[in-house]
Amino acid sequence: MNRSLATRLSRLAQYGFLGLLFAFIATPMLVIVVFSFDANRFPTIPWGGFSLEWHRAILDDPMIRDAFLNSIKVGFGTAVLSTALGFAAAYIDFRYRFRLKLPFVLLVAVPPAVPATILGMAMLAFLSRIGLFGRLETVMACHVAIATSFSMAIIRLRLNDLSRDLEPAAWNLGASPAAALVHVVLPFCKPALIASFFLSAAVSFDEFLIAWFVGGVHETLPVRILNLLQGQVNPKINAIGAVVLVVSIALVLIAQRFTGVRAGRRPSPDPGE
Amino acid sequence: MKTPFIALDQLDKRYADHHAVKSVDLDIEAGEFIALMGPSGCGKSTTLRLIAGLDEPTGGEIRIGGDSMRGVPAFQRNTPMVWQSLALFPFLTVAENVAFPLRMQKVGTAERRRRALEWLDRLGLAGMAERNVAQLSGGQRQRVAIARALVTEPSVLLLDEPLSALDAHLRVRMQTELSRLHRELGITFVYVTHAQSEAFALADRIVIMSEGSIQQVGRPQDVYRAPANAFVAEFMGMNNLVRGEVRGERDGLLDIAGALGEFRVPSATPRPEGSSGDFVIAADRIALAADGEGLAGTVLGLEFVGSTQTVFVEIEGGAEFRVQKQQHEIEALDLVPGRKVRLSWNPQHAWLLPQPAQAH
Repeated sequence: MNRSLATRLSRLAQYGFLGLLFAFIATPMLVIVVFSFDANRFPTIPWGGFSLEWHRAILDDPMIRDAFLNSIKVGFGTAVLSTALGFAAAYIDFRYRFRLKLPFVLLVAVPPAVPATILGMAMLAFLSRIGLFGRLETVMACHVAIATSFSMAIIRLRLNDLSRDLEPAAWNLGASPAAALVHVVLPFCKPALIASFFLSAAVSFDEFLIAWFVGGVHETLPVRILNLLQGQVNPKINAIGAVVLVVSIALVLIAQRFTGVRAGRRPSPDPGE
Repeated sequence: MKTPFIALDQLDKRYADHHAVKSVDLDIEAGEFIALMGPSGCGKSTTLRLIAGLDEPTGGEIRIGGDSMRGVPAFQRNTPMVWQSLALFPFLTVAENVAFPLRMQKVGTAERRRRALEWLDRLGLAGMAERNVAQLSGGQRQRVAIARALVTEPSVLLLDEPLSALDAHLRVRMQTELSRLHRELGITFVYVTHAQSEAFALADRIVIMSEGSIQQVGRPQDVYRAPANAFVAEFMGMNNLVRGEVRGERDGLLDIAGALGEFRVPSATPRPEGSSGDFVIAADRIALAADGEGLAGTVLGLEFVGSTQTVFVEIEGGAEFRVQKQQHEIEALDLVPGRKVRLSWNPQHAWLLPQPAQAH
């Protein structure tokens, strides 16, 4: 009796704690989304009624439109490049043994561990010296440097599940090393490649500091938000926030969907996995 | 004989930390079923990988069909292999797995599908074509791996412990299947195994390896009855090795004395007195009796091997003998652990080990 009561209380406490935690994280985001549809100019209670005014207003603002477009360009480029580079790095780690492997893997993995302010400043100093400051491609290159770490981590995890015999088996069956890469390794990594693509896009889409440091006049959406905030409090902020939130969550959810998939695991002795 | 189909010439493979294959010479005839055997780490799998081109030899040469394989990459050799892990592609269907080698050869879609289905049918997998490999049983996956290896109609099939993951019942069925395929196709099978039963059931010739070197090559029965050295005798399991020294010769038999007593053993060639007289006697050639002449020993235990049993006997003097007996003989003698027995055999059935080429 006693024990079952204690168990129930403990479970209640656990769920309660978890609920509070989620509420703490989600409420501010929810507030932004809710007030982005508020007719009032300033977020106040009571609610002034449903309105799409501020969403319409951000569509009409050419600077916000440009910033959104920039974010998409940078995000897409980052996703493509960092997935390609991340795959290359992960594959090198999987296939070859060489002396400087540990430094190599660390080199790819380390950028997210460096504080963004320092990374941003360092990149600013370096890029302005070589005359690449203030270009959209520069923002993209910096984002690739960070996102490639995540891409490599995801793809490496998948490659760890690739049976060591599979690639030699392909060679043995008449596939050149290049054909084995295309017909065996890439299809096997497909879920991880897709996940890496969307996660890199999300990393780039949300990144503020480096974009702010090196972007110059080319603003990405997060940079635009800060610049808006530095002026007067603008009701458009909430609407932008809601849009960014939806895009980011969508990207991460898609990435999750593919990292979660465990369909083609190593063949195990028991059938029907 | 005609030129061998696969020739290994002083084949050598060194890794950083060990010498896996040491100067191996071996000729394999076209259409032969040959089994490479030995304990794990003896170099049999490495030899197979060298033939397939999955590893580069550090010395010597491999010729297939008379052509040197030096510098020929694995994907141009057409030496398909059935892997111990099967190495099926998990993201392809059964039919796509079997068609994979044809796809690499740029065979058209319709043609490669037709040939893949034909092979699936031939291996009793009709109707499984669209399945995912993970949905198949162990035996079915085994057949997919074999079909995939044979779909290009190669002239040699390499098999690396293909049956080791199957249970005993399936293993015997797959043995029959492999035997049938070998007969029907008439191609060369090179089969790596550590299981004596598989090699005996399937192979025309067996190659016994140890520590990277070939110990003996021959027909299974010959290797079993006439092992070339103590290693082979012990590896074949059902042989009892007796160590001794030649003392003389009488009536065409050698007198041999050792720690276990005095024995008489036939010899094809004369041996000087004092030279090595190690010989083996097969477990199924030994007679057991409750008393009388012969080696005295005590039954240690029994082990079932199909319809026969292996009796383990501790000989006075320390050695352990294995004797293979039918069930009814065991019962007649009432052999239980602790029972005293006498072991004897016809001297003609003993096999004198050839003298080692160099001293150990």
